[in-house]
Amino acid sequence: MADVINVSYDTQIPNNVNLSSDRKVLKALEKWHPGYLDWWNRLIPRNLQQSMVYLRTAVSVDPKGWAKFDYLKMPDYRWGILLAPRLEGRTIPCGEHKGQPAWQEVPGEYRNLLKRLIVIQGDTEPGSVEQQRFLGLTAPSLYDMRNLFQVNVEEGRHLWAMVYLLQKYFGKDGREEADDLLRRSSGSDEAPRMLGAFNQETPDWLSFFMFTYFTDRDGKMQLESLAQSGFDPLSRTCRFMLTEEAHHMFVGETGVGRIIQATVDAMTRAGLTDASDINKVRDLSVIDLPTIQKKLSLHYTLSLDLFGQEISTNAANAFNAGIKGRYMESRIEDDHLLKDSTYKVLDFENNQTVEREVSALKAINMRLRDDYVKDAEGGIGRWNKIINKAGIDFELKLPHQAFNRKIGAFAHKPIDPEGQLLSSEAYSAGLSDWLPTTSDGDFIESLMQPCYEPGQYARWIAPPRVGIDNKPGDFEYVKLHMA
Amino acid sequence: MKDIIDFRVDPSAYCHWSVVYDGPVANLIMDVDEREGLFDGYELKLNSYDLGVDIELNDIVQRMRFEHPEVKVVVLQSGKDRVFCAGANIRMLAEASHSQKVNFCKFTNETRNAIESAEEDSGQNYIAAIKGSCAGGGYELALACNYILLTDDGNSSVGLPEVPLLAVLPGTGGLTRLTDKRKVRRDLADIFCTVEEGVRGQRAQSWGLVDEVVVNSTFDETVQCRARAFATKSVKMDVRQGIALNVLKRDVQSDGSIDYEHIQVALNRELRQAMILLKGPRQAAPVDMKTFQQQGDQAYLLKLCRELEDAILHLRTNELEIGLWIFRTQGDPESLMAHEHLLVRHLDHWLSREVHAYWKRTLKRLDVTSRSLAAVVEHGSCFVGVLAEILFAVDRSYMMDDEFEGDTRPIATIALTEGNFGMYPMGNDLTRLETRFLANPGHIDALKSHVRKAIDAKTADDLGLVTMILDDIDWEDELRIFREERISFSPDAMTGLEANLRFAGPETMETRIFGRLTAWQNWIFNRPNAVGTNGALQRYGTGVRGVFDRKRV
Ligand SMILES: [Fe+2]
Ligand SMILES: [Fe+2]
Repeated sequence: MADVINVSYDTQIPNNVNLSSDRKVLKALEKWHPGYLDWWNRLIPRNLQQSMVYLRTAVSVDPKGWAKFDYLKMPDYRWGILLAPRLEGRTIPCGEHKGQPAWQEVPGEYRNLLKRLIVIQGDTEPGSVEQQRFLGLTAPSLYDMRNLFQVNVEEGRHLWAMVYLLQKYFGKDGREEADDLLRRSSGSDEAPRMLGAFNQETPDWLSFFMFTYFTDRDGKMQLESLAQSGFDPLSRTCRFMLTEEAHHMFVGETGVGRIIQATVDAMTRAGLTDASDINKVRDLSVIDLPTIQKKLSLHYTLSLDLFGQEISTNAANAFNAGIKGRYMESRIEDDHLLKDSTYKVLDFENNQTVEREVSALKAINMRLRDDYVKDAEGGIGRWNKIINKAGIDFELKLPHQAFNRKIGAFAHKPIDPEGQLLSSEAYSAGLSDWLPTTSDGDFIESLMQPCYEPGQYARWIAPPRVGIDNKPGDFEYVKLHMA
Repeated sequence: MKDIIDFRVDPSAYCHWSVVYDGPVANLIMDVDEREGLFDGYELKLNSYDLGVDIELNDIVQRMRFEHPEVKVVVLQSGKDRVFCAGANIRMLAEASHSQKVNFCKFTNETRNAIESAEEDSGQNYIAAIKGSCAGGGYELALACNYILLTDDGNSSVGLPEVPLLAVLPGTGGLTRLTDKRKVRRDLADIFCTVEEGVRGQRAQSWGLVDEVVVNSTFDETVQCRARAFATKSVKMDVRQGIALNVLKRDVQSDGSIDYEHIQVALNRELRQAMILLKGPRQAAPVDMKTFQQQGDQAYLLKLCRELEDAILHLRTNELEIGLWIFRTQGDPESLMAHEHLLVRHLDHWLSREVHAYWKRTLKRLDVTSRSLAAVVEHGSCFVGVLAEILFAVDRSYMMDDEFEGDTRPIATIALTEGNFGMYPMGNDLTRLETRFLANPGHIDALKSHVRKAIDAKTADDLGLVTMILDDIDWEDELRIFREERISFSPDAMTGLEANLRFAGPETMETRIFGRLTAWQNWIFNRPNAVGTNGALQRYGTGVRGVFDRKRV
């Protein structure tokens, strides 16, 4: 019996799933490995690949001490397969099989549904790494560069985690899907990633932080609901991924917070109090608050699209089958069957936003989105505190859920950030006030100059309050390979 | 619900389709407006279709032949991102009555057949350019095309998920075209039809599900390139000018009877029967094809066919309880023969070929109509050539023999023409005469010696061309008894009986679609495993799975 808490490093692939005695899956993964390395090596700029990065590596799935930190070249990162410990007597938490023992093997009748969910989740993991591939070249500090790479290698590991499930439980089909995960690529004409938000560019660091704040949070919600899966290996995989995901959102929230901090500090120093005086603020080489709001609105609305249609048969099927639960399923007090209950969804009828009671089963996506919105609101409050403290009259807000949507009831409707339906002319005219324009992008890009001195930070971003692994302020998080 | 479903469409009112004409290539773009479902209670999301969408498609396919003879290749594609076509709308199917489902499938099948035969009939080659997901009826639509291209973007797929998702069959030709047309190996087809998410990329090609898989970045270009190549290779003659098909005029009476210019449909609801009178030409035949083309959609034989088709579709869909259709004709046989003869003499003229092919398709609609069909050959009638074909399409025919007291109309005769010997084959690829005389193929040669000669009742009886000849004394009574008896039988038993007796002889893909596949589908459409309150089709979309009666039947 393998030690499920500590990770075995005796094979090429660190794992706590006793891979060395599972010859078939080991062989399959070893076959997939070179393609993965090749994908990784082609992705990140060469000199950065050769640099020593102070990374954490998962060495255990024990929540008390699961990671160790050390300098590592990214290609040498040990992408492992780590499942949270198996809970004795775990049962299926929801749907028509509720109360039955959780499945340890894939139930044949749900094979395709499960595979589809895992493939979609798996497709997002490498997608974000691809989107962020060039950001290392403009890192505002070694600290941020290290955080970027940490996020990247962990997304890579998440891909491994999904690939393991595909290889272990889904036979030949699973292997083909695993190969296709490396074939698709973000923004590609040939074979784009499956979800829209993962084909958008991440052109600058503000986008990166917004992405990790909003889009990784969607990832968190998806993982949370997959962690409720009656298919136990999926549940265990996702539970462990969530511990890593928390750091990604931390990077996002503190990143945006530090940008705001730098902005308000610079404004205070220059005696500016009017946040809307964009040009004056920009002259200070920091990002003005209205532009930060625009970026926020963009990433938030893109992330809402990731939840799919408000009313969804697929989501209902997955819940009823017990292969995907709700956020915190076990803490919800209801029958966990939802056959007769209803849920309020936002809809668009007769040219207005309305709330409609629909079958709770079909509103699973909407419910998860509501939970997401609540979860996302927290950070906004903390950002506003920074602005407040500096005595500047400006408030960041989540736009209305109907704004700028491409999927669902509000898709392509001319609705402003307050949720008001406009004429399409008025809407087009307002867009440049609500979403980043090309010139906003150009301005931000002009700030994106690398800052590679240990302990130094670009002007537009404040240093963090504490270092990673409690390291001092001038710690060299990345030893750059400058050949 | 709209009261009457009208199959006549004005192209300016299309909701779901558009066509971009580009010389010999027509780009046919499916972009279904989800709010424009024919009935309430569902939205046509993801390019899913209902009868209304298909009525437009049928209209386009028809107009393509007559109005755009310059077109040699039609490229079927989606106007939506990431989805080609999701197939028939499932909510619509779940809410539809059994008869609506059956009628819907029949009509969509006929449209698929019209697409499929467009190359042979009209030299118009349909190719499907699939980007995005193409599932169920969407893939069946592609299957009806002559060539299928699929983009290899790692996402786009073809699939027939009916069985795993809905517990019904890919019943619009899907199963049959898979095995008979594309000749997909049966075990691979078995896998294909049980995986929900379909098959993508190279595998789709190596299994024979598509003809060509193309990298995504060059897909559009490759599609246009193939289209051009097919157009160049086409043997279709170059025709510059088509004829316009104006929206057909008809007068619907309050009792449901309909008057067209050449056809009168009289309903008798008490007797549950329709009397369909086809009138012979009032004007002399056009002297040449040029004149015919100038007459355009007013040319007698074309207009008659359009009216007949409309009447068939209307009665089939809107008059479910009219169980017996009786065909009559009145007119000058010689004149009708002259009209038909012009077309027969000019088979090399595109319009002659189109009119023939149109009659062929319309007569096939009659063959698969689930109504008892009869014809009465009265004095003064003109069952000649293409109209004589109706005599061989119906289940029974009665002919007046000798003079009837007080009836001054010319004595009833019928006449065969060249048309009856191959211009209007049935779905089994035989002529109606060949099917009728399956036991005695030599008889066909004997019949040929009667071409374009009037055949009186006794001879017709001898030649086996009519069911029964009746004189003045028996006519009324025999017909009354036949009609009363016919409508007293179980409508289901009649449908089954007639569908079986009409198609003697060899099986073809078409007969297998309308016979085997449709019959199984209609059986499943009646079974609780699909349509019971707990059945999979009924429950689809609720998130709760169907509950099955596990007994195999
Ligand atoms: Fe992840
Ligand atoms: Fe993440």
